[in-house]
Amino acid sequence: MASVSVSGSHGVLRRPMSTTGFWSWFTTVDHKKIGIMYGVSSFLFFILGGVEALLIRSQLAKPGNTLLNADQYNQIFTMHALTMIFLFVMPMSAAFFNYLIPLMIGARDVAFPRLNALSFWVFLLGALFLNSSWFLGGAPDGGWFGYAPNSTTEPGNAMTFYALGLLITGVASTIGAINLAITVINMRAPGMSMFRMPVFVWMGLVVQFLLAFSLPIITVALFQMLFDRRWGTAFFDPTRGGEPLLWQHMFWLFGHPEVYILILPAFGIISEILPVFSRKPLFGYQFIVFSGIAIGFIGFGVWVHHMFATGLGPVANTAFGITTAIIAIPTGIKIFNWMGTMYGGDLRFDTPMLYAVGAVAMFVIGGLSGVTHSIVPSDYQQTDTYYIVAHFHYVLFGGAIFALFGGMYYWWPKVFGKMLNERWGKVQFWIVIVGFNLAFGPMHILGLGGMIRREYTYPASLGLTFWNQVSTVGAFTIAVGVLLFIINAVRTQLKPSTLTTDDPWDARTLEWTTSCPPADYNFETIPTVHSLDDFWHKKYAEDESGRLVRVPAGASGEAHPGHGAHAIHLPSPSFWPLVVSFGFPLLGYGVLYSWWLIGLGAAVIAVGLVGWALEPSVAE
Amino acid sequence: MADVTAPDIVLDEHYTSTGLRSTKLAMWLFLASECLLFGGLITAYILYRGASLTGPYPQDVFDIGYTSVSSFVLLASSLTMVLAHNAALDKDFPRMRLWLTGTAMLGLTFVGGQVFEFTSFYREGLTIKTNLFGTTFYTLTGFHGVHVTVGVLMLLILVVMSWRGSLSDEPAFPVEMVGLYWHFVDIVWIVIFTLVYLIPSPQGPIR
Repeated sequence: MASVSVSGSHGVLRRPMSTTGFWSWFTTVDHKKIGIMYGVSSFLFFILGGVEALLIRSQLAKPGNTLLNADQYNQIFTMHALTMIFLFVMPMSAAFFNYLIPLMIGARDVAFPRLNALSFWVFLLGALFLNSSWFLGGAPDGGWFGYAPNSTTEPGNAMTFYALGLLITGVASTIGAINLAITVINMRAPGMSMFRMPVFVWMGLVVQFLLAFSLPIITVALFQMLFDRRWGTAFFDPTRGGEPLLWQHMFWLFGHPEVYILILPAFGIISEILPVFSRKPLFGYQFIVFSGIAIGFIGFGVWVHHMFATGLGPVANTAFGITTAIIAIPTGIKIFNWMGTMYGGDLRFDTPMLYAVGAVAMFVIGGLSGVTHSIVPSDYQQTDTYYIVAHFHYVLFGGAIFALFGGMYYWWPKVFGKMLNERWGKVQFWIVIVGFNLAFGPMHILGLGGMIRREYTYPASLGLTFWNQVSTVGAFTIAVGVLLFIINAVRTQLKPSTLTTDDPWDARTLEWTTSCPPADYNFETIPTVHSLDDFWHKKYAEDESGRLVRVPAGASGEAHPGHGAHAIHLPSPSFWPLVVSFGFPLLGYGVLYSWWLIGLGAAVIAVGLVGWALEPSVAE
Repeated sequence: MADVTAPDIVLDEHYTSTGLRSTKLAMWLFLASECLLFGGLITAYILYRGASLTGPYPQDVFDIGYTSVSSFVLLASSLTMVLAHNAALDKDFPRMRLWLTGTAMLGLTFVGGQVFEFTSFYREGLTIKTNLFGTTFYTLTGFHGVHVTVGVLMLLILVVMSWRGSLSDEPAFPVEMVGLYWHFVDIVWIVIFTLVYLIPSPQGPIR
């Protein structure tokens, strides 16, 4: 604890002042450290979710397999989905937003640094709470959608863990969403008008609004499920007049915006990588921004396409079939703009570019199979089959996770000051994309051939064995690719830095004007922004024939001598976010086991918030 | 970068892009998010109006006169909240603490009235698990009651902080923020009171 030194006597706990050393990570309010913690912890959950996926594929590798029984299989596929959605893609996107948004808009931190720390710790403890169910009577096993009344009547604590775990991580996401949205709206550097912001920041803003307006809906639904399970209410109980279908409406009214919460960050990352590696400005910047906003709005009006088979009638099904077809338009606009960006560009296929192009290609396949779901009669055939599983893995793995990997390769030197090995990266990309198509391509055939989702085994007589085996081989191929990424990352971090410039990709946006990694205060002097892709225009001008000419005088982002960092007031570290966050799992275990724990959890949160309120954000 | 002739803009410590304080924007976004929360709860109540298979039904338990009085108490607290904010703007801190305490007391009266109401409904046989009316009624009004309670706690913390002198040098701002939350909770009650109490429910099951 040597690194925690004493300061003024505000509050009960001594104010931690150190910003270096192991313990500083627990009290940090620096958006960059919080971003790294989000990234590392969500990647660990990615590995966990991946192991669950391998168990699923091993079980399905042959007909009549007995590796897992039905109960274990239900838990594993449910937790695979919850882990990949809520504990990997969402927090990994939060990692990118946290780290990059302040750097991209020329700010020194987010709007509320301590709230930022709180949202990370609540997320981490909520994720551990959810996974603690493995050791406390079994993990959730009702699917990630938790359909009532199965989820509300099933004995045991598994689905109670589901409701509570998602409520806690939902608190984290809501706090983070409000924080990041206000950061984008209010913390931009002078001259950084909304339409000079990088598309990644725009997509971040749309995602935060989607979170702020969709999470309360699932919060209500989860409370209703929790009350039904724990206190015998009648929300989803048909024997007392309740409507199980209400759960589906509430869940998908959240669940469909959630899909865009998962994919829009990826769209932002792709929109940053493609122009840099094409050495061209993004084609149709305004179209990409407005189509992202349009997706955000229309995303709230398509939820019934998850429920076509529930018997809502032809009017509802037609209306939502139409809205679903309409939402393909803004998505298609983006695809064409990305192709326009690459067209005629000076293309360099470094690993980030490979992943970005791969993400666009795979997302197009997933998008096209998605349009087939909007045709209601066609959806009747596909619903609850492996065709659906193929579709959403193409958009969420092929789209979102590919782009996240591209983002990791692209911003690794920014975050850690070291380049990931390119040769390993390219090999790893090709292994992953081949494995990916082997794993999920055959699922289209399996689904149309009649293999239904969530069944833990199948008889040999159905003729599904061959494509299931191909799919399992593909899944293990992906695992090899991910393993190579981990080895690459560890090797890179163990070696000394070979980075010779702060701008290794010849990039366009503001985050590359800082050092790699950036100083605590990000920018010595807050930059003034004059245009979109400001950094690029400081580096390059065009001659009369339109060719790029490097602007001679420096401008490659070196630190300016003569400005000391002495006058910069940064928010000080704080214990309180960590203290408050511990109240949430206590509340959760309290609902499961004892009123006393509920009281304790509420007391911890109350004391923590009062201590927080009494503590100034910058220590004297 | 020496060749770029941008005038050095000196940023003061409170510079923001919109000119508004981030805390205020965050409070508005939080309240917008809360609208969806109460929207979900109110939707469940409306959907299940008249869908209870057994009694007691709303007409059996509601005492409109009693709840009208407690509603008036809560709405009056919005006036005292405004008076507290005005006092804070005038930097008249004893008066500010008086009105903040008054607002908290009115809020507490409302919550106390709700506890009494819940108890009497319980005695008449309506629990949260009796029927869909009990389920949706207690959930909706319970969530609102918790919001009022949190507001009372925030008001009391403001009073204590002001009294200890640990409120910042411009207390009008935190008072305004708590006020925004308080008025929101009041407005939600107007909606709930109208939908739940004033519009008569079809008695018994209609399906």
